[in-house]
Amino acid sequence: MKFERYGIGIAKGMALTFKHLFRPPITVQYPEEKLVVSRRIRGNELVWYPDRCTGCATCAKSCPQGNIEIVTHVGDENNYVVDKFEVDTGRCMFCGLCVESCPYEALAMGLSYERAQYRRGQLVLSKEELRLSDVRQPSGYARPKIEATLPEQSLLVNWDREKGGQKLSLVPLSKKRGRGV
Amino acid sequence: MAIKTEPFILNIGPQHPSTHGVFRLRATLDGEVVVDVEPVIGYLHRGIEKLAEGRTYTQNIPFTDRLDYLASITNNLAYVLAVEKLAEVKVPERAEYLRVITAEMMRIASHLMAVGFFLNDLGAMMTPVLYMWREREKLLDLFEMVCGQRLTYNYMRIGGVSHDIPEEFLPALKRFVAEMPGFIDEYDQLLAGNEILLVRSKGVGVLPEELAINSAASGPVLRASGVKWDIRRADPYSIYDRFDFDIPVGSAGDCYDRYWVRVQEMRQSVRILEQAIPQLPEGEVCAEVPRLLRPPVGEVYGHIEAPKGELGFYLVSDNSIAPYRFRIRPPTLINLTALKDMVIGWKVADLIITFGSIDVCLGEIDR
Amino acid sequence: MTLLEQFQLWLATMWPEWAAYVTPAIVGVVIVIAFALCMVIVFIYFERRLLGRFQIRLGPNRLGPEGIFQPIATAVKVLLKEDIVPAKGDKWLHWLAPLVVFVPVLMIFAVVPFWEGAIFIDLNVGIVYVVAISSVSAVGIYMAGWASNNKYALISALRMVAQVVSYELPVILSILGVVLMVGSLSMSQIVAAQTIPFILLQPLGFIIFFLGAVAEMNRSPFDLLEADSEIVAGFHTEYSGMKFAMFYLGEYCHALAYSCIIATLFLGGWRGPLLPPFLWLLIKVVAVFFVIVWIRATLPRLRVDQLMSFAWKCLLPMAVINLFVVAAEVLWLPESLPWIMVVVNFAFAGALILLWSKLFTLGGGRVEV
Repeated sequence: MKFERYGIGIAKGMALTFKHLFRPPITVQYPEEKLVVSRRIRGNELVWYPDRCTGCATCAKSCPQGNIEIVTHVGDENNYVVDKFEVDTGRCMFCGLCVESCPYEALAMGLSYERAQYRRGQLVLSKEELRLSDVRQPSGYARPKIEATLPEQSLLVNWDREKGGQKLSLVPLSKKRGRGV
Repeated sequence: MAIKTEPFILNIGPQHPSTHGVFRLRATLDGEVVVDVEPVIGYLHRGIEKLAEGRTYTQNIPFTDRLDYLASITNNLAYVLAVEKLAEVKVPERAEYLRVITAEMMRIASHLMAVGFFLNDLGAMMTPVLYMWREREKLLDLFEMVCGQRLTYNYMRIGGVSHDIPEEFLPALKRFVAEMPGFIDEYDQLLAGNEILLVRSKGVGVLPEELAINSAASGPVLRASGVKWDIRRADPYSIYDRFDFDIPVGSAGDCYDRYWVRVQEMRQSVRILEQAIPQLPEGEVCAEVPRLLRPPVGEVYGHIEAPKGELGFYLVSDNSIAPYRFRIRPPTLINLTALKDMVIGWKVADLIITFGSIDVCLGEIDR
Repeated sequence: MTLLEQFQLWLATMWPEWAAYVTPAIVGVVIVIAFALCMVIVFIYFERRLLGRFQIRLGPNRLGPEGIFQPIATAVKVLLKEDIVPAKGDKWLHWLAPLVVFVPVLMIFAVVPFWEGAIFIDLNVGIVYVVAISSVSAVGIYMAGWASNNKYALISALRMVAQVVSYELPVILSILGVVLMVGSLSMSQIVAAQTIPFILLQPLGFIIFFLGAVAEMNRSPFDLLEADSEIVAGFHTEYSGMKFAMFYLGEYCHALAYSCIIATLFLGGWRGPLLPPFLWLLIKVVAVFFVIVWIRATLPRLRVDQLMSFAWKCLLPMAVINLFVVAAEVLWLPESLPWIMVVVNFAFAGALILLWSKLFTLGGGRVEV
């Protein structure tokens, strides 16, 4: 092997890295700055609407992991009353098949992605914990009505290289929409 | 008086910076020279083939995400194509286009990682990886927009795709397609002509054409050895016969050619995207398929050109809701079998870059 | 007469002789070590931020304004780590190796001139002392590799010995060119002689010395002994805690020391207009270090046999030819016209590099086994 090109290739590469010295960084300072996630994000949790749920257990049947546990009894109006609706998010792989299969839109993926816990037991979400709340909001995955109400995702493609600086839209620090811890 | 020397065994991995996962190589070295290598696999075995026999055809799609986790969409595609072949499902036109678009985006993302980490194995101190990560991140944003996840997409369904694209997807993708060739030029400027890269990778880890065919290698590893074999052309699936693209072929079969073929394939993928975006028709994105699909009794082998090579699924149906047999032909496991012939006699540094240039993904090898 | 010697003479007028002898030495040692360690902390921060910017990310920026306290946090973290000695390692050598690496590197600073007269000791063989003392740390690295009882560490140590021995030669030969022009081995005289920086008078010598220095301080693209993709962390795979910190400091100290030497030999040392001389030296040192980081951020590394053939087949013959040409020029060219020498040497360096690009082949490749 020879250095046939007199080091021109090396010089070109050095010029490129030097050029990058003047390009703005593309990283985001995470806990302070948060990007807007996709409207269809399959976040780290599920949201369950007890009033819509009929206890048909279609979601439990469609789960590849057998992760959703539903216990029902027959109620007064010949309907199913849900006694237990439990999801172990520690085993869940957030494929979204349960949400897609639900015929009554009683289950939705969550928006939050910050659901780390210190105990495995805390990852098992019970009937009460799965309900809609300030920190547990549904995402638009397979739910076009919810999708239309969510803000537009920030995209790295739209980041402007020539003008410099972060052109990505960021979420200010807030506890809304379940993004805060 | 001659000094007494003897070969020694160096255990590379499973915890090692450049094994691309949990892979172990028992290398016998004579000084710096590699005398023998023995790959030890199975650290990431999850038994996906057996798990799949207990789940319905739709429930298996998320498991295919976990094979080659750097190219989930193509794993989905290979699997659903095999099932569709088995159950004879007709796929809507729009879904076919969406499949091709996402698969080609995935090929770019996967090749970016492959090229970046190959250069990292060469010792380029993360810089090329981080530049390429930037473009991969843009693609992941788009995937997140379509299917809500950044790594395990679970996007394909039997008979189509799970979701139609949102309206802001196409403008963003057009923007990416427009700027991507410029970035590929930048990567070329950074390292393709770099003398150190040339002396390190040219002529190193040669896989001759004969051996490549005999060891059933596929994908960029095979094409770098000079065999013009691309399943998108050789056995067209989906709608690849409608697009005009070239198959880059190397000549020497060395590490540099494998690197070069991947960079050229990224350019060709951009070309396919450029053609596919204007042609995208309106309509349904998924055919009506029963949720508990019961394909007729029979067996099928479906294969596609995944970024890393020929990814095949062999399915046997007994007319129940779950496959009777679910067998995966992972491209990188079979490409890896040629590693020993490529590295013997080279230095240990060459062993690392040759292994890096095969572009393995351990999720797929161990399954 | 250095400042310390003047201080000693002044003290001798009122203190007993031994105290007047010892006190300036202690003061000087403290100043030099303080300078070296402070600059090393600055360099660690500088390199991490700069690498971040080269890689379009930010680098450490959490602790203090713009992350300036990050090196201190890192140092505290490293010091609090458990000290692990391999069970079957050689415990004494394992303990001794970090010292043997670190101390010689600090000793280089004894002959770096910071100012007119501001030099710890103005040895008349200063540059020879630098070359001699800096290669002692290779012994320490070999000790570390041997004592760790780890194959990665041993491979790294053997690579290190081969590399340092090979690159010493071109480095010394390129220094000789400078010494020929100055006519003295003393560092302060070398600075005093540079009315024109020697990088202009000796472009080829500068390139050879720079590459050799980068190889000696084990930085990319010659960082074979810490090639993390091949041999994990190399010789300090089995080190943790304070001992690892010694290696880490030693590496940056080595970079700092060689930056100082390059600045002194080829960039004019503390000489410069307007600004105070000490600041000029700092600017030059940081500039040299910037180039080293820049190279590290861009280039892949060479293979071990290519590294050897680069030293023996490329740098060494070029250094020998360079030495002869400089000797001829010093003999026959008139001293009153240094600019002729600049033009001639640049043309000659370019021609030689072109010629060597054509002639020179990197050896090695496949070995039949």
